[in-house]
Amino acid sequence: MNFKLKDIGPQLITVLAVVLVFGFFTYNAQVNMENRGIDFGYGFLSQESSFDVQFSLIEYDGSHSYFRAYLVGLLNTILVSVIGIILATILGVIVGIARLSPNYLINKFAAFYVEFFRNIPLLLQIFFWYFAALRALPLPQDAEPMFGISFLTIKGLFVPAFIWQNFNVFFYSIVAAIIAIIVIRAHAKKKQETIGKQTPVLLISIGLLLILPLLSFLIGGVRLSFEIPVLKQLATTSFIYEGGVSLPPELIALALSLSLYTATFIAECVRAGIQGVGKGQKEAAASIGLTPNQVLKLVIMPQALRIIIPPTTNQYLNLTKNSSLAAAIAYPDLVLVFAGTALMQTGKAIEIVSITMFTYLSLSISISILMNWYNRKIAIQEK
Amino acid sequence: MSKINFLKPDKSNLYTFLYLGSFLFFISVLDVLLNSFFNINLTGFLPNFFSFLLPLILGFIGLYFIRIELSGIKQLDLLNKHINTNNFNAVLSLLIIFIILKSIPPVLSWFFVDASFAGDSKDVCTGSGACWTYIKVWMRRFMYGMYPNGEQWRINLSFIALALLGSVGYFATDRFKKYLTLYYVVIYPFIAFLFIFFFISGGPVFFDFSYGIIAAILSIIIGFFIPSKFKFYYFLIVPFGLYVLLKYFIFYEELIELGKLDGLNWVETGAWGGLSLTFIISFFCLIFCFPIGMAFALGRRSGFPLIRYISIGFIEFWRGVPLITVLFMSAVMFPMFLPADFFIDKLVRCIIAISLFEAAYVAEVIRGGLQALPRGQYEAAKSLGMGYWRMHIFVILPQALKLVIPGIANTFLALVKDTPLIFVVGLLEIVGMLNLAKTNPEWLGFAMEGYVFAAIIFWIICYAMSKYSYNLEEKYKTER
Repeated sequence: MNFKLKDIGPQLITVLAVVLVFGFFTYNAQVNMENRGIDFGYGFLSQESSFDVQFSLIEYDGSHSYFRAYLVGLLNTILVSVIGIILATILGVIVGIARLSPNYLINKFAAFYVEFFRNIPLLLQIFFWYFAALRALPLPQDAEPMFGISFLTIKGLFVPAFIWQNFNVFFYSIVAAIIAIIVIRAHAKKKQETIGKQTPVLLISIGLLLILPLLSFLIGGVRLSFEIPVLKQLATTSFIYEGGVSLPPELIALALSLSLYTATFIAECVRAGIQGVGKGQKEAAASIGLTPNQVLKLVIMPQALRIIIPPTTNQYLNLTKNSSLAAAIAYPDLVLVFAGTALMQTGKAIEIVSITMFTYLSLSISISILMNWYNRKIAIQEK
Repeated sequence: MSKINFLKPDKSNLYTFLYLGSFLFFISVLDVLLNSFFNINLTGFLPNFFSFLLPLILGFIGLYFIRIELSGIKQLDLLNKHINTNNFNAVLSLLIIFIILKSIPPVLSWFFVDASFAGDSKDVCTGSGACWTYIKVWMRRFMYGMYPNGEQWRINLSFIALALLGSVGYFATDRFKKYLTLYYVVIYPFIAFLFIFFFISGGPVFFDFSYGIIAAILSIIIGFFIPSKFKFYYFLIVPFGLYVLLKYFIFYEELIELGKLDGLNWVETGAWGGLSLTFIISFFCLIFCFPIGMAFALGRRSGFPLIRYISIGFIEFWRGVPLITVLFMSAVMFPMFLPADFFIDKLVRCIIAISLFEAAYVAEVIRGGLQALPRGQYEAAKSLGMGYWRMHIFVILPQALKLVIPGIANTFLALVKDTPLIFVVGLLEIVGMLNLAKTNPEWLGFAMEGYVFAAIIFWIICYAMSKYSYNLEEKYKTER
C-alpha cells in the first residue's frame, strides 16, 4: 500500500480537530448537565404540555403532549409557507414578466417594486405590516363587509366557512377528473407522435374539471353551504366575529410580508430565465413557422423553466426558513411553540433546539435532493 | 382630406387624430390630477361608478387615437413605442400613471406637509402626518442603543477612524498596492477589533486575549525563520502553545496586576445597540465569514475525501437551518457546550453564529466560481510546477472571486439584512430599539414613523451596497 504522509496528514489533522471540538463540547455538556441535575432524553415529548396555543390547525389544548405541540407548530409553519409560496409565485412571475415588458412605465414600476422590497430587511417588513399597517384596520364592530361576506378587521380576517355535505363524493369526482385528464394527455401525446394530429387537451381538461364536480352536485347529493361570520358582543366595547374561518392578523402579516419579499427574488429568477434563452432560439422557432404563442409555449418556456426552477426552489426553501421569523410577532409556528414556549417550560435546550434544527434540516435536504434529481433529469443531454 | 374612420386611426388624418387623442388623454390625466391634488371632482355630476371609470375610458380612447405607426413625428413614435404598443399596454400605462398621481398627495402630506418636525415632546404631533419629532427625540437611542449619552463620542470617533483607515485602499500608490490584501484581510480587522475592544467597550489594557495577541505576534516573527517546508505545521501548533505558555507559566502574576489598569469606562455589550451595533455586527461577520467560507469552498472541492465530506456536512448543515434557530442555539444551547466557568460574551456568540451561518452561503457562492473556471487554468498552473496553495492563491482564486462578485455581494446584503434577528438573544439593534421605543407609554402610536425611518436607512445602505457591487463587477470584468 502506498502510504504517504502527504496524503494522510492534512486529513488526519482535520478529522482530529473535528473530533476534538466535538468531544470537548459533549464532555462539557455532560458535565454541565450533571452539575445542574438535568437528564438528557426525549421522553418529555409524551408528557402533558399544559400550555395553550392561540391558533392551531389540529385540535390542541394544554392537556395534549409536547409532541402534539410540536405538530401544531410544524403545521402552522407549513400553512404560512404554503400560502406564502403560492402568493409569492403569482406575484413573482407577474413582476418578472413585467420587468421584460417593452412598456417603459410597467418596466420601471416592476423594477421599483423589486429594488424597494428587496433592500429592506424582512423582519422590518413583518413588523411594519403587523404593528403599523394592520393596526390601522377597523375594529370588528366598525368593519365594512367585503363582498358582503368577509370582514377584514384589526383582529384578523373573517371569511365564510364551507359546510359540505357528502364531501367525499365531491373529492372523488375531482380525483376522477384528474386521472381522466392524465390519461387523455398521455393518449393525445401518443396520437400526436404517431399520426401528428393535435387534440385540444386544455379545453378537454378544463371541461372535465368543471363537469365532473358539477355532476357530483346534481347527482351525488353534494351540498355546499356557507357559514358567514356574525358579529358577537363579548363585553360593552369588545366585539368579535363568530362562525366561519378566522385568520389571525399574525398570519396575514407574515404571509403578506413573506410573499412580498420573496416575490422580488422570484421575479429576478423569472427575468433571468427568460433572458437566458438565446435570441436565436426565438428567431429559429419563428422562422420554421411557429406562431408567437407556440414559440412561447414550445420553445421559450421549456428552456426558460430549466433555468428558472432551481433558483426558484431555493427561494421557496428560503421562504420556509424565513417563516421562522414568525416568532417575532407571536405567530405560533414551530420556533415559537416548540423552541420558545416548550423550551421555557421543560428547559431541555439541547433536545428541543436539535429537534427544531433537524426538522428544518430534513425539510431542506429532502428538497435539495429532489432538486438535484430534477436538475439531472432536465439537464440538456450533450453528446 | 380623406374620410375619417374613427375605428382605424391612420396617417392620412394624422393631425386630427393627434389633436383629438392628446386632448382626450390630457383631459383624463387632468381629471385625476385635480381630483387627487385639489380634491375637485370634474365628473361629479355623473353616477359614482361611471365617474370613477371615466378617466380610464377617455385616456384609453385618446391613446387609441394616437397609436399611429410611423407617424413621422419623433416624440409620438417614441411614446407609442414605449407606453402605447397595444390596447393592453395602454390600459396598464394609464393605470400606472393614475396610481402615481393618486398616491403622490397622501404620501407627500404624510411625509412633509402635515408632518411635525419641531418641538421635543409628543404634544406637537397633532397633525394627520408623520411625527418626526418622535424620531428626533429618540435619535440617540436608535443610533447608539443604551450606550451612555456622555460616552457616545467614543463610537463616533472609532467609526470615523475606521472609515478613514478603510479608505486607505483608494489612496495607495502602486508600490503599496500588493500589500493591500494583507492589510484588509489581517491588519485592518485587527485594528478594528482593538478599536472596538479598547475604545467602544472600554476594555482593560491587559486582558485574557492579550496573551493571544502577544503569542500571535511572537509566533509570526519567529515564523520568518522557519523553513517553508514546516511552516504549515509550525503555525498549527506554535501559536497555541505560546499562548498556553505565556498565560499559565511565564507572565501570569505580572499581567494580572497590569490588567487592573483600566482604560475608559467599561460599557458592557448589553448596552450597545441601535444602528452602530448593526454596523459592528455586519462588519465583523463580513470579515470572518469570508475566509471561513473560502476555506470550506476549497474543502468541498478538495481531493481528500474526509475533508470533502466534512466540508459538505458543514455547508449543508448551516444552509439547511434558519438563522433564528442558529441564534437560539448560540443563546441557550451553546453555553451548555462550554466549561462552566468559561463565559463568552453574548455579542461575540452572536457574531460567531452569524459568521458561521453566512460562511456556508459564501462557500457555495465561491464554489460556483471555482467550478466555472475552465479546467485549463488548473492544468496550466500545475504545468508551471505550482503547488496546491500557490496555484489557488495566484491563479485560481483571483479569477474565481472576480466571477462571483455579484453572488458575494448578495450574501453580504443578506447578512446586513439579517442583523435585526439578534433580538432573539436580547441584543437590540435599530429595529429592536424601535420595538422598544414603540412600547414606551409616553410615545405610543408612532410605530409607523419608526419603521419607515428604519426602512429608509436600511434601504439606503443595501441599495448603495448593491450599486457598489455592480461597479466592482464592471471594474473587474476581464475579457476572456
